[in-house]
Amino acid sequence: MTAKPFVIPPAHPRERRIIFGNISKPGYDASLETYLANGGYESLRKAMKMEPAAILDAVKASNLRGRGGAGFPCGTKWSFIKRDDGKPHYIVVNGDESEPGTFKDRYVLHYDPHQLIEGLVISAFATNCNLCYIYIRCEFPQAAGIVWNAIKEARAKGFVGKNILGSGFDCDIYVHQGAGAYICGEETSLIESLEGKRPYPRIKPPYFPAVLGLYMKPTIVNNVETICHVKHIIALGAEEYAKMGTPGDGGTRTMCVSGDVMRPGFYELPAGAVTLGELIFEVCGGLKPGRTLKAVIPGGSSAKVLRAGEVFKMKVKGPDGQMIDKEVPLLDVVMDASSLTAAGTMVGSGGVMVMDDTRDMVWALNNLNQFYAHESCGQCTPCREGSLWMSKITTRMLDGGAAPADPKTLKNVADNIAGRTICAFGEACAWPTQSFLDKFPEEFSALATGNSSNGS
Amino acid sequence: MTATEPPSAPSSPPASRHVDRLNPDFVAHAEELISHYPVSARSASLPLLHLWQNEFGFVDDSGIEWIAAKLGLQPVNIYELVTFYPWFRRQAAGKTVIRVCRTLACALAGGYEIKEKFCSAVGLDPHAEHHGFGTAPPTSADGRFSVEFVECLASCGSAPVALVNDDLHERISPSDVAEIVKQYDR
Repeated sequence: MTAKPFVIPPAHPRERRIIFGNISKPGYDASLETYLANGGYESLRKAMKMEPAAILDAVKASNLRGRGGAGFPCGTKWSFIKRDDGKPHYIVVNGDESEPGTFKDRYVLHYDPHQLIEGLVISAFATNCNLCYIYIRCEFPQAAGIVWNAIKEARAKGFVGKNILGSGFDCDIYVHQGAGAYICGEETSLIESLEGKRPYPRIKPPYFPAVLGLYMKPTIVNNVETICHVKHIIALGAEEYAKMGTPGDGGTRTMCVSGDVMRPGFYELPAGAVTLGELIFEVCGGLKPGRTLKAVIPGGSSAKVLRAGEVFKMKVKGPDGQMIDKEVPLLDVVMDASSLTAAGTMVGSGGVMVMDDTRDMVWALNNLNQFYAHESCGQCTPCREGSLWMSKITTRMLDGGAAPADPKTLKNVADNIAGRTICAFGEACAWPTQSFLDKFPEEFSALATGNSSNGS
Repeated sequence: MTATEPPSAPSSPPASRHVDRLNPDFVAHAEELISHYPVSARSASLPLLHLWQNEFGFVDDSGIEWIAAKLGLQPVNIYELVTFYPWFRRQAAGKTVIRVCRTLACALAGGYEIKEKFCSAVGLDPHAEHHGFGTAPPTSADGRFSVEFVECLASCGSAPVALVNDDLHERISPSDVAEIVKQYDR
């Protein structure tokens, strides 16, 4: 009763695998023995000899940005924790990976759990935290077991638990399983869920759980991939690590490519190393034969969609190093945080969804609208009602029952969600509708012909 | 006292209350899980609900009451979790639960067709709607299989995918479906 084993594809020449470095080795497995044979926990040994403040400085200097979607600078987030304030501190690892289009953390959890544990203990040491939880969505049932087992192995060898490596530093780690709700990826929702409550996101301010987090104590919430990067910052040194990326976006970024490309999958690339065109046509082997590109969602389903042929005005570095205004066609947009932001969208969680000329954009939006309608937690009225209305409108457009005013109504609903909710789910569910309508208006108006009884 | 009684919902008759079938191992496991949360026992709510559903197939009234009492909470504190999280059920599902991913990457790769194939293969109406809220997903008459759509399973690069019990099946083609069903049909 087993599924076909997943085979990790070999790295593309453009890739630089760090997070997926071990996983790519033939015969690599999740055991501690294998991890140790591949240099495992050496970075922890190195870190435990450093001053915690020096680790924090290294993470700041590395320009590591969070890999969960919001892209907040990791070192800045950590610096909100006052090491010596006498309060308990917690780290919660966000392994609730559920943004459509994103599928990187699942491989780390399944195939290299010790990498996460090592990064986590280093992070805990830097922020003076003695209790950590790894929150894993319950749709990864095997991952939870694998990570549990890895924690037990690490504890037996003194990498987790009391007096880690004889340093006097204690750190306990537990796995906590979610129960099928996308909203738990929102950090304050995740904390509420971990506290055993309905996972309604908390009202801001405070904006950061580092102020009031788990059990109202200073808490760091970081994505699985982000925590793994900490290990490599220590191993490589901050300078070497930062050099791999762009000035504001250090290290490697895992691009998860899905949809209509020849070779979908994850690709770990130095941040900003490829353009969107290179990613699709070189790294992923291009589109299927005879097809042309139509649309790309570049950073998980919540990121605004981009249309083939678009040209963006943005500031880029000229030949003399000065920033100049330039028109950048879609395929030349660099896949890093600042370039995608300049293109009006975001790098988000790195989930790139590609659609070719055979795809109906109303159908695609409707699929996402159904997702958001299902996953809205229901706490804020604009999102609870609006996500459902948007889903109902796109569904009736596809069913042939659209009213002439439907595209306008759809936009109006979306415009009244974004900015009016407690958490960023409001934006996440409004942005697809706003951007699909903006970029592909003709597909929506073609369906809204008025041959229906839905009023006008 | 209404506060201690969960609102009426599909529930089992008193004679088959899950709590009457508790064994010492289960209780020991529950206590071990509670020990993972030294700051607040309430944090063990989800772990205990998972434990209950794994043991008994769904969460009945007696489960809600037992977990609440164990954690020093009111039953409504547990009931509101059961009704919020899509994973928990108030009714039994099939012995094998097939969860097919519905979201965009899988839909682009034929996920809807895969779900219909699974339904047909186990004798279910491919278009039966399932609204959740604790009800069991559509289940075959012999009780062996349930099939439902779920939202993104985070495996978009190997779409379409389905989670069958604890196993993730990737890159499913319509012709694989019968073979997958056969693996679990025992």
